[in-house]
Amino acid sequence: MKRILSWATIGFAVVYFFLPLVGMLEFSLKMRRGEYSLDAYRSVMGDPQFQATFGYSVLMACLTIVFGVLVVVPTVFWVRLKLPRLRPFMEFITLLPLVIPPIVIVFGYIRLFNTSSWLPLTGSALGTDFLLMCGYAVLALPYMYRAVDTGLAAIDLATLTEAAQSLGAGWITVLARVILPNVLVAVLSGAFLTFAIVIGEYVFAALLDRPAFGPYLVWAGGNKAYEPAALAVMTFALTWACMMLIQLATKFSKHTRMPR
Amino acid sequence: MAYLDLSGLQKSFGANQVVKSFDLGVAKGEFVSLLGPSGCGKTTVLRMVAGFETPTAGAIRIDGQDVTGQRPNQRNIGMVFQAYALFPNLTVAQNVGFGLKIAGVSAKETADRVAEMLALIGLPEMGARYPFQLSGGQQQRVALARALAPRPRVLLLDEPLSALDAKIRVSLRSEIRDIQRKLGITTIFVTHDQEEALSMSDRVVVMNGGRADQVGAPFEIYNHPATRFVAQFVGTLNTLDAVVTNAARGEVTVQGQPLQLGQAIAAGQGATVGLALRPEVVHLEADTALISRGDFALAARIASVDFLGAVIRVKAQTAAGVIALDLFNRPDAPPPPVGAEMALRFRGQDVIVLG
Ligand SMILES: Nc1ncnc2c1ncn2[C@@H]1O[C@H](COP(=O)(O)OP(=O)(O)OP(=O)(O)O)[C@@H](O)[C@H]1O
Ligand SMILES: [Mg+2]
Repeated sequence: MKRILSWATIGFAVVYFFLPLVGMLEFSLKMRRGEYSLDAYRSVMGDPQFQATFGYSVLMACLTIVFGVLVVVPTVFWVRLKLPRLRPFMEFITLLPLVIPPIVIVFGYIRLFNTSSWLPLTGSALGTDFLLMCGYAVLALPYMYRAVDTGLAAIDLATLTEAAQSLGAGWITVLARVILPNVLVAVLSGAFLTFAIVIGEYVFAALLDRPAFGPYLVWAGGNKAYEPAALAVMTFALTWACMMLIQLATKFSKHTRMPR
Repeated sequence: MAYLDLSGLQKSFGANQVVKSFDLGVAKGEFVSLLGPSGCGKTTVLRMVAGFETPTAGAIRIDGQDVTGQRPNQRNIGMVFQAYALFPNLTVAQNVGFGLKIAGVSAKETADRVAEMLALIGLPEMGARYPFQLSGGQQQRVALARALAPRPRVLLLDEPLSALDAKIRVSLRSEIRDIQRKLGITTIFVTHDQEEALSMSDRVVVMNGGRADQVGAPFEIYNHPATRFVAQFVGTLNTLDAVVTNAARGEVTVQGQPLQLGQAIAAGQGATVGLALRPEVVHLEADTALISRGDFALAARIASVDFLGAVIRVKAQTAAGVIALDLFNRPDAPPPPVGAEMALRFRGQDVIVLG
């Protein structure tokens, strides 16, 4: 009886989770009357708006990842090495993006950096792009910070740093040649999460009025019939690919990890 | 001036003064050990030399050049850590070549030097392995090769053998010493293991509470300890009380029996001084009649006998306390049984007078 109940629960969960996906997938294939086809996907791919916004978001995601790594890795390194007492504080700070709604953050940005402020970032497209990237980096911060922090916890940071220094390495070399390669897997999983977040993000891009993929998704949802379903399926596939890449990266890392 | 010269080094962490005016000169090619109990500041001294800690006062000079203010990566000093600290993402060869790569040495030259270093440490075939594929002893040898590859001016080792098991520890001792001799590199070796310090070093610095109590050759340190601390920390020691009868001529009485010491004593007539005896200078005699004949001898009852192989450690109860002594193993003479009544003898010249 108990077994049946637990199987029933699992079955319900699977249906609850996958049925909408299956429905959406099925719907996205029905653009041509009477038969299944990839017309909706073809239509999406052929849409220059799609190409532009998707390309923009991919580029922003990559820039955000680089920016995030450049900010987070040295910071975590320094805090762990020299200011370990600040770690609880860092934990708290990096959790804030999870509890402060993005809309609050972006209104704060607009207030701080509007055209009549001391640093009018929103005055130019490039400045706004930069602001958007910073916003994305903030959204990804909780994940990036935790990934890198866990990665650094696994190595003997202080001794490795000193060993490298005694061999003639300066801070940049220590970070680039010793620290980063040893936390690469952690950084990669942080990077894929960042990518998944940035690709689907709507609030920041919409309010800063940048041509990103998130607003395009919403626009398409309101103006087309079959294409939004195709887009949703594609976004899902992309996110899942990111998750799988994280798994793969973790597996790949076994090569250099201590077995003890 | 010595090749490596530490003068008046001090280090405080907050109100805690860890190193108090430390002076040491190390000649070029010399192997010097810092020996002392846990927390006496050995590592701190070494880290100041390496540049990882800034001295509160004092100066560090290498080859006449003041390096006190230099950053660690400018000093060209090799360091070997207790925890090996090999870079886990690099192969053995890449680890050894790390310092050369940073120094901008060409790939060809680096490869040659790495091969030379791996041959020196006896691991010529291991270049392609990763650190986690090596045993602890092999990892530590790679760490040594990595430190030596860029031809540092000074080599520092902080308890490099402590994490290894006993057998490898002993064999690596002589290996490190051989390599050090071969390269003629000026070396400071930190340890709290006196056997290590005595067996490996040209000179030993015995540290106590942030100071160097005595600096000397192992023979000197062991046989002529300068302070009570050095006498007690290095080797096993028996202590006895004696009453001074003639300070200038070094005459005392122990348990009422006169004893002529090899040196004058800095104490007044009738004062009590502490005498110390190494276990190997005390002899056992079966003939207890010695005691009544007037030669110096103490009546003793054997309290315990530990057979250690080449050496037999005996503890004997005397009126002056328990005295430990070492006998050499002899197949034709079994050790005395526990409880046997015997006589203990030693020569006045072999006694260390504790200050
Ligand atoms: N960074 C630091 N901050 C505060 N105190 C420190 C620091 N480093 C060392 N100390 C203190 O300095 C004293 C000496 O430390 P040190 O590591 O030099 O001892 P040691 O002789 O190497 O001991 P051991 O044999 O245990 O390694 C210790 O009491 C230690 O607590
Ligand atoms: Mg130490």
